[in-house]
Amino acid sequence: MSTALEQPRAQEKPNYLNAEYGWKSWLLTTDHKRIAVLYIISISAMFLLGGIFAMLIRLELLTPQGDLVNSDTYNKFFTMHGIVMVFFFLVPSIPATLGNFLVPMMIGAKDLAFPRINLLSWYIYIVGAAFAIAAIAMGGVDTGWTFYTPFSTTYSNTFVITAAVGVFVAGFSSILTGLNFIVTVHKMRAPGMTWGRLPLFVWANYATALIQVLGTPVVAITLALVGLERAFHIGIFDPAIGGDPILFQHMFWFYSHPAVYIMILPGMGVVSELVTCFSRKGVFGYSFIAGSSLSIAIIGFLVWGHHMFVTGMSTYASLYFSLLTMFVAVPSAIKVFNWTATMYKGSISYETPMLYAFGFIGLFTIGGLTGLFLGTLGVDVHLTDTYFVVAHFHYVMVGGMVLAYLGGLHFWWPKITGKMYPDGWGKFSALLVFAGFNLTFFPQFIAGYLGQPRRYHAYAPEFQVLNVMSTAGASVLGLGFLIPAVYLLWSLKFGKPAGDNPWGAKGLEWETTSPPPTFNFDQTPIVTEEAYAYAKHQEEHVG
Amino acid sequence: MAQQFDSATFGMWVFLLTEIMFFGGMFGAYTVYRSMYPLAFESTSLHMNPAFGAANTAVLIVSSLTMALAVRAARMGKQVQIQLFLILTLLFGIAFLVIKGFEYHEHWVDMKVPLFPDTWHHWNYSEAPQFARQAQILFCFYFFMTGFHALHMIVGVGIMTTIFIMARKGKFSSSYFTPVEISGLYWHFVDIVWIFLFPLLYLIGNARKLI
Amino acid sequence: MASDVDHLYIYLVLVSAVMTLLIFATIFVFAVKYRRRSNDEIPAPIHGSLKLEITWSIIPFLIMLTFFWWGAKIFFLNATPPPNSMDVYVVGKQWMWKIQYPGGQREINELHVPVGRPVKITLASEDVIHSFFIPAFRIKHDVVPGRYDTMWFTATKPGRYHLFCAEYCGTEHSGMVGWVTVMSPADYETWLAGGGTGGTMAQQGEQLFEQAGCSSCHLMDRQGRGPNLRGVYGTQVQLTDGRSVTVDDAYIRESILNPNAKIIEGFRPNVMPNFQGQVSEEQILQLIAYIKSLAITGTTVAPAGTQPAGDAQPNGGKL
Repeated sequence: MSTALEQPRAQEKPNYLNAEYGWKSWLLTTDHKRIAVLYIISISAMFLLGGIFAMLIRLELLTPQGDLVNSDTYNKFFTMHGIVMVFFFLVPSIPATLGNFLVPMMIGAKDLAFPRINLLSWYIYIVGAAFAIAAIAMGGVDTGWTFYTPFSTTYSNTFVITAAVGVFVAGFSSILTGLNFIVTVHKMRAPGMTWGRLPLFVWANYATALIQVLGTPVVAITLALVGLERAFHIGIFDPAIGGDPILFQHMFWFYSHPAVYIMILPGMGVVSELVTCFSRKGVFGYSFIAGSSLSIAIIGFLVWGHHMFVTGMSTYASLYFSLLTMFVAVPSAIKVFNWTATMYKGSISYETPMLYAFGFIGLFTIGGLTGLFLGTLGVDVHLTDTYFVVAHFHYVMVGGMVLAYLGGLHFWWPKITGKMYPDGWGKFSALLVFAGFNLTFFPQFIAGYLGQPRRYHAYAPEFQVLNVMSTAGASVLGLGFLIPAVYLLWSLKFGKPAGDNPWGAKGLEWETTSPPPTFNFDQTPIVTEEAYAYAKHQEEHVG
Repeated sequence: MAQQFDSATFGMWVFLLTEIMFFGGMFGAYTVYRSMYPLAFESTSLHMNPAFGAANTAVLIVSSLTMALAVRAARMGKQVQIQLFLILTLLFGIAFLVIKGFEYHEHWVDMKVPLFPDTWHHWNYSEAPQFARQAQILFCFYFFMTGFHALHMIVGVGIMTTIFIMARKGKFSSSYFTPVEISGLYWHFVDIVWIFLFPLLYLIGNARKLI
Repeated sequence: MASDVDHLYIYLVLVSAVMTLLIFATIFVFAVKYRRRSNDEIPAPIHGSLKLEITWSIIPFLIMLTFFWWGAKIFFLNATPPPNSMDVYVVGKQWMWKIQYPGGQREINELHVPVGRPVKITLASEDVIHSFFIPAFRIKHDVVPGRYDTMWFTATKPGRYHLFCAEYCGTEHSGMVGWVTVMSPADYETWLAGGGTGGTMAQQGEQLFEQAGCSSCHLMDRQGRGPNLRGVYGTQVQLTDGRSVTVDDAYIRESILNPNAKIIEGFRPNVMPNFQGQVSEEQILQLIAYIKSLAITGTTVAPAGTQPAGDAQPNGGKL
């Protein structure tokens, strides 16, 4: 029972972490699990960078005057915050980290379909990130992460092309990851792992991969055209020669709206895993949750115009986009209801991952509902381009996605590292994140409704109280993000060794060691039961 | 092995899907501008040289034939034929790029290259000055669309070279010819993009001139 | 109209609050009631219920359709200004709002309007995309370079209200702010009389018309090298390529900046010079005001727009 005995034994067992040592074994690896770890490190670094910009923004907004930095610098802050967070954290996050690690294991495979392309994906991501960091280091970009023309093509004096190249390159990383996942799920499922038995996390990553593959090339060509226009002084989007700045917006949002589903779907997949494990019960409405992931992926391509209601787009187009936006909300609602129903008559425990799952469901509900506000035409005219929008997307992106990422990280941490973190600190941080988050972003709904526009360096004095609350919340939120970094890293060296299945969860990944061996399973598993077959396990156990 | 072949071809199809979306974005934007400026479009398309375009089309179609024959030879394990057809495909690909080079040169000489402000300002588009500004947009699209296509051709030539070298080393047999197969898919795709580009850019506006 | 938006907003808030509370409460109750009591309890599986899925898909969807319907109604009303609206012309440029009234008054970052009268704003940009946002009126519209956009409102309460630029436009985006002053009709007349020393917009447009040489081709009593512009505003004209277009603000703007784009039947291309870069957006608006003012017979008349057209309120024309 003594830990002194257990530690050496755990270190002796061969697993993917101790299989080989040295730089080359990591930087030239084709093991999906090591690549996932590489991504966890890179993405955390980009999250920190984006978070620093967030702190700078909130510091400036403590006072109504622009007195911390000058306007150009502030404009660069929010641009870089957006670019780094959207393209270098949110889009890759769960698929490249947890997805990479878990999807092959969850389907009983040894690796992804194209392991070398997987490694290439990571390198491409690093190159893209290098361009983005170069753009920052050379002086920054100030176009907003949305690169609207003609400001970005003709008027901005910052490193637009460098940043656009970074995003273009990172897009390729995303495409290749998506490609890999699609082929893997189609072609490499273990015997007995039918589509109807796939864990919902796999369904979620599959639907995400479809969007990545279909949508990303469009933003690639859009940014390529912007870069070419800027470099050669042509005028595709230049109104002076008959170009159309609104065409840019259509092309940009054609990707960027589905992109938000790239960001949220994997998070929803994580929540499905967490809720089932910590209710110790099969999910309610499996086929509806799986189907809703696909529906969101498909319908998500049809609603981009709801970002453009006040641009002068035709009234009939606006009607169509508003109506379709109502459609796309339904599958998300279905998921929330199904997760809640899963808890009914379950056996619920409150470990850290489950706290994040609770947080996700609550905050995503608010974020999603406020999305309906923005999809409603008459109201959107007032709310668009105000802090209401900022609050909405942070509720779904941070309150949703980031919480799901943290929940997933805490859930599978023992599997990935073989170590356990102190759950008390985990719960404390989760509560800190929840409280800090709401204090940061709820006041922004109010500020937006009252008329505070977004991307404002200085604002009208009557908004100050709300802004001060928001900044205070941001400090708490920042702390809530930093503390897990500390104890998770601490656990690598000092954490208790986790067993193969510390949570008593169902799923193929829990039927191998923690950490897993390089080829995941000693023998190819043969699947005979549905996902989340908790009750059946008991029957076997008892009978 | 069969599963790896399946996976590889499936993966290539998915990649080609992304390429369709990439080119599709450009085709879409081009379509928007063309429908906004139909008269300017008709005027600019008269400046495309259908002879060059037709020659390139013929070259690419034949190259797809030789590519298909290369894949067939690979399936049958016929080493000499694989190399022969791959080399022919490669040569046709290079021919395409050479013809394109001549075509771009002609545009440059006639000052129809909108990429550098100097050349553009010197060119006064005297046949139809009223369309000069929209012509600039449309020529941009011509160069971007054919330029990105040419870029993909260059990559294709690189792939053909690599596959040819592998064939010379005897790497392919009737039980392993996956790289030939998926390179074939890529090559056919780049060909099909051209099949769309050719009528859109060269033929439609020229219909009256040709018929 | 603002109160309509607020009513819809409150409806949305209420429905969302109910929905949120329902879910929060349900989860809370389940989390407590079904908390794990012993380590080896395994709950019975419940796979799903088609009836429930259908119910909780259809009912929220129907509620969302009410959001859509109500929002669309407001949006449609916003889209069409009433026929007797007073015109105001706004040109956005980095980083200020330049406002012109038909009577020739000009302001920077200030808009004065009378209470109770529909105001139709024509928006133009000199450079990048801006957005004209008056939070108190619950309206906003992007100002896109290369085209005209319009928005309208009827102010119902005198006072001073914020005006913000709501589309990021560069360095001083947050400085591109101003005030909308709503005055009683009497006060408004007084205010109007105090400004506009350059003549009305149409008169300024007439001066420009002479100075820029337009009158040498566009003769007022017969056809010259260019079409006679008397009475042409608002009519349909035939173009050389067979299309017919309405002579509206956008057409006139295009004809000044890119004359060869649309040539009227019977006239030749490359005769009218291109004025791109030589006239500002404000000057184009003055020229349009002048052309609008040209009646079929007689000389130029003073433009309408300074006297209220009566007390009739169009449908839904309240703020």
